[in-house]
Amino acid sequence: MHFDKPTYSVRRTKKKNIPEGLWVKCPSSGESVFKKELEANQMVVPKSGYHFSIGARERIAFLVDPDSFQETDAKVRSADPLGFVDAQPYTTRLKRYEKDSGLPEAVICGIGRIHGIEVTLAVMDFRFCGGTLGSATGEKITRAIELAVALKAPCIIYSTSGGARMQEGILSLMQMAKTSAALGRLAAAGLPFISVLTNPTTGGVSASYATLGDVIIAEPGALIGFAGPRVIKETTKQTLPAGFQSAEFLLKHGLVDQIVSRLEQRDRLRDILSALHLRKKQEAVQPQLAPSS
Amino acid sequence: MEKTTYVLEFEKPLRELTRNLDELRQQSLETNVNLSEQISAIEKKIEAAKREIYSNLTPWQRVQIARHPRRPYALDYIGMIFEGFQELHGDRQFNDDRALIGGTAFFGGEAVMIIAQQKGRETKEKISRNFGMPQPEGYRKALRLARMAEKFHLPLITFIDTPGAYPGIGSEERHVSEAIAVNLREFAMLRVPSISVVIGEGGSGGALGIGVTNRVLIFENSYYSVISPEGCAAILWKDAAAASKAASALKLNAETLESLGVVDEVIAEPFGGAHHNPSQAAEALRYSLQKHLNDLRGLDDESLLSARYDRFRKLGVYDEPVAAR
Repeated sequence: MHFDKPTYSVRRTKKKNIPEGLWVKCPSSGESVFKKELEANQMVVPKSGYHFSIGARERIAFLVDPDSFQETDAKVRSADPLGFVDAQPYTTRLKRYEKDSGLPEAVICGIGRIHGIEVTLAVMDFRFCGGTLGSATGEKITRAIELAVALKAPCIIYSTSGGARMQEGILSLMQMAKTSAALGRLAAAGLPFISVLTNPTTGGVSASYATLGDVIIAEPGALIGFAGPRVIKETTKQTLPAGFQSAEFLLKHGLVDQIVSRLEQRDRLRDILSALHLRKKQEAVQPQLAPSS
Repeated sequence: MEKTTYVLEFEKPLRELTRNLDELRQQSLETNVNLSEQISAIEKKIEAAKREIYSNLTPWQRVQIARHPRRPYALDYIGMIFEGFQELHGDRQFNDDRALIGGTAFFGGEAVMIIAQQKGRETKEKISRNFGMPQPEGYRKALRLARMAEKFHLPLITFIDTPGAYPGIGSEERHVSEAIAVNLREFAMLRVPSISVVIGEGGSGGALGIGVTNRVLIFENSYYSVISPEGCAAILWKDAAAASKAASALKLNAETLESLGVVDEVIAEPFGGAHHNPSQAAEALRYSLQKHLNDLRGLDDESLLSARYDRFRKLGVYDEPVAAR
């Protein structure tokens, strides 16, 4: 299932909903792929290496050891603190997102094991309100980080987000502070935080936990940035450089540590955590073992 | 002074009355006719119009006051209530961002570190200060100064006044997201008392980048928002002209922010906005700063850290069945 030299492209325009129908056309190579095959391959087109977006639950199923995932805080749901109404009430939107995505929130959190290493996980899903960061999202992520501190476990966050959620106003902005402060405690406890950036990771999420990883991994072709390309174009009246804000661009410009295919992430996370975390854990255990041997 | 003060659209009646008043005064001078009755009648009208307009400001009108071209900026307040400001430049890596300044100063005899977003007053300065929109270097300079404050045990005072971090190519190439994010985490961990004051615009992540502090204060007509009303209107209403609706929906005004727990105190402004009487506004700011600094001075490092953590930790409104916790 692995590929040699894939050519990636950055998708900017089309919404990245999981494609309908039996066959799916690869936006990169134009080839038709059997959908079942695509799903079995974590929504990565086998030949071209093109990464379709993948739902949070599907991602978790591929990522963790079988039956190791315990979801946490599943009952934390968005409220409507501002009584926000634009073209339609926020509460109506929320119901639609729940129905369309089958998810209670824009993030699924829990404890799981990756090749036997216990981690806390927060995995965002773009289908729920564009993966935006609202109060419930921020609360769940903060608890996942705090749980990592309590368990002395590493924390892994998969981001995909259009940014802070406008319909919860300033409270959404404050989730950036809340999650980042929690990461401060995780860092102070000497525990690793690995941030995985997937298409797209922008706005307030990019300006908080997503870019605070000890290690920052990006998926091929992911759009990653603070402001959206259209806003930058309008503000600066300049032509954007080729590949601007793509994962590859950000690797070159020094923000991300690695670009890792979705198919290899589980193994790569193990390798990185082995270096950052396991050795330390062994050292902590050894003094206890010494007297009995 | 007064003439140039009424520049906002909703201040049109005041502009016209003031013009009438000027004409009458001029006429009175030129013709040597006593017009004092008419003059005082217009003066009364002006007072009544002021009361009418300024007592019923909409959220959008208050955003306009927050952006008023004569509103006091950070350096104005620094000049009025601090002594011996020593500006410290540069992020030691790339550049000196003129939109985000900082340095040491004395407040009531006590040394403090100041970090502030600064807009320009005249065209040339506006450009050099990038209209108050900091780039990554600004946030990295802020972090450098915040760490210096920690090293020398100086309380940190920040002034927030930005439409937002600058959405430019260079900003992205040098990772403004990361610069802000690191500040959120590191400001949360600073072992000195910290206070931020939203003196004008609290534009989104660009504002929060110097806003994770023990106390957050806000001037009455300032706003603090996840997105500008125009930006929100363009996305949700598909119409930037719906900014007024968006401003109401976002609940970005000082009193609402206080009720949500996002700010700790609303500092009253002179009637019609701080620009009507900057020294009065500065005096109110001095009073509040002193009070909050006194409160925080008694706390040891651990208490400061946990109070700051808890302050932000509790922000947010969500649903959760009680039994699930």
